[in-house]
Amino acid sequence: MGEFQVEDKKKQTIIPIGPYHPLQEEAEYFKLYVEGEKVTKLDIELGYQHRGIEKLCETRHFDQVVFLVERICGICSCSHPFAHVNAVEDLCGVDVPIRAKYIRCIIAELERLHSHLLWLGLAGHFLGYNTVWMWAWKYREPVLDICEFITGNRNHYAMFKIGGVRQDIDNNDIPQINKMCDDLIPALDMFKGAVMDDPVIHARTKGVGILTKQEAIDYCVVGPTARASGVDIDVRRDDPCAAYPLVDWKVIVTPNGDVFDKVVVRVLEMYESVKIIKGCLEGLKKEPKGEIDAKVKSFPPGEGIGHYEAPRGEVFHYVLSDGANRPARYKVRAPSYMNIPSNQVACTRGTISDAAITLAAVDPCYCCTERSAVLDEKTNKKIFGWEDLLRLSQEKTERIKKRIPLNPPFVPTEPTSVKGEY
Amino acid sequence: MNVVEEVQQKLDKKINKFFKKNEQRYYIDIDAKEIVPSAKIMFRDIECRFAIATGTHTPQGFEILYHFSHDKTGKIFSLRVALDKNAPEIESITSIITGAEWIEREMWEMLGINFKNHPNLKRLLLAPDFPEGVYPLRQKPRE
Repeated sequence: MGEFQVEDKKKQTIIPIGPYHPLQEEAEYFKLYVEGEKVTKLDIELGYQHRGIEKLCETRHFDQVVFLVERICGICSCSHPFAHVNAVEDLCGVDVPIRAKYIRCIIAELERLHSHLLWLGLAGHFLGYNTVWMWAWKYREPVLDICEFITGNRNHYAMFKIGGVRQDIDNNDIPQINKMCDDLIPALDMFKGAVMDDPVIHARTKGVGILTKQEAIDYCVVGPTARASGVDIDVRRDDPCAAYPLVDWKVIVTPNGDVFDKVVVRVLEMYESVKIIKGCLEGLKKEPKGEIDAKVKSFPPGEGIGHYEAPRGEVFHYVLSDGANRPARYKVRAPSYMNIPSNQVACTRGTISDAAITLAAVDPCYCCTERSAVLDEKTNKKIFGWEDLLRLSQEKTERIKKRIPLNPPFVPTEPTSVKGEY
Repeated sequence: MNVVEEVQQKLDKKINKFFKKNEQRYYIDIDAKEIVPSAKIMFRDIECRFAIATGTHTPQGFEILYHFSHDKTGKIFSLRVALDKNAPEIESITSIITGAEWIEREMWEMLGINFKNHPNLKRLLLAPDFPEGVYPLRQKPRE
């Protein structure tokens, strides 16, 4: 990168991580300052993926902006349109048909499920549990199948529309979607068991990368990162939109703020997501068919704010309209924008072998832990690369595995009912 | 006392204009020099979460909206400040709210608004070789 800098005055070694990582979808560059094993400071550089979407939004009419913001992130490809339609509906003051509300929630929760499974797989890989990685991504496939079944696409569903949704869900399909959701439960049970019962995962994640409640408040973090630190916030409940007030579910909050709690929050949230989807499917049965659009005709001058709880936390959209058919100003704030800076405290409490999992624990949308190198301060010579960092992390797990004999050895069993059905 | 009354009472004379868009959205105009004490009241006393700030280049000059989310009720209070057309400048709130560091850096590079006493005012999103003095989010004058 040509950016392997060394601080002159302090005798510190810098570990650059990033900016490209094939496992994650976007680029970011972390500079870890280390003294021996200990991480003392973290510098974050980003902008490698800056595409000027806010500016572009000013050149598109409102309906096109839905598709534009959908492309902010491939994983949150329904959360951004969700926040966008909330913002524009706030601007116009329209109410959406209940059937459309249910459909919005179903798509959004399916997205949360596949996003959390994706993260769980990556976390397993970072810790040296490649079986967890393979399985998490395997069981992500049925979720994407449900998305494809409903919308026609695995990602980028193009379902959202100002005033409603673009496609209806056929009531005859509801039993099959229900069954597909039921089939996910054994897989979730397996992951829950793997996390809760494995002493090695406990040793690798408990007390690692702690973000205290006060720090979470100071850094204004959102989503599972905040909830794992005991900050009880969830936009879906706090500022209810769509069908969330109509179905039964709860917000998962844990007190400790370490990586373990972040895993727990995400795993338990997946159960809630399934519950929401099933509740929405029940609700759909009662709603008249075809009423999915409030037919918004014009956009008044004024301002609108919409937010929504994406898998990683609150997405925040602000729209300023001057009465034309396109926004005069559009502001987007994705959750990782607030979450990633918190690594400056979470990461600097640990060693470099814990760095990979701590950086990954906020589920950064721009996470890049690839192409890293540890440099010697004086010679500017590379000591470690990303492969070495990953190896350090995985070796630590191996060491702990030897220290903690599993008795009986923990062998997660694959649920039989989900095997190769789709 | 509900949170709206609390905000009105605590910000008191700092409020130039109080606009209720609907039950969940409030826009409050304040003077730019009052931003630090106001942010302190919103963040520390009323325990709002700082969601983000929106900087806008308007025909009159510049304005910043500081969006504070009151998560217990889901209400969003947006503090609006107007800045000078030629030399936009405002005090940084990063010393009170750590989470405001990035967005102030972003507004600085994208709109050319100077944040006084910011601890780390350097580029966030733009490349190091992006030309100085070019601000992507400023509106170009119409010909």
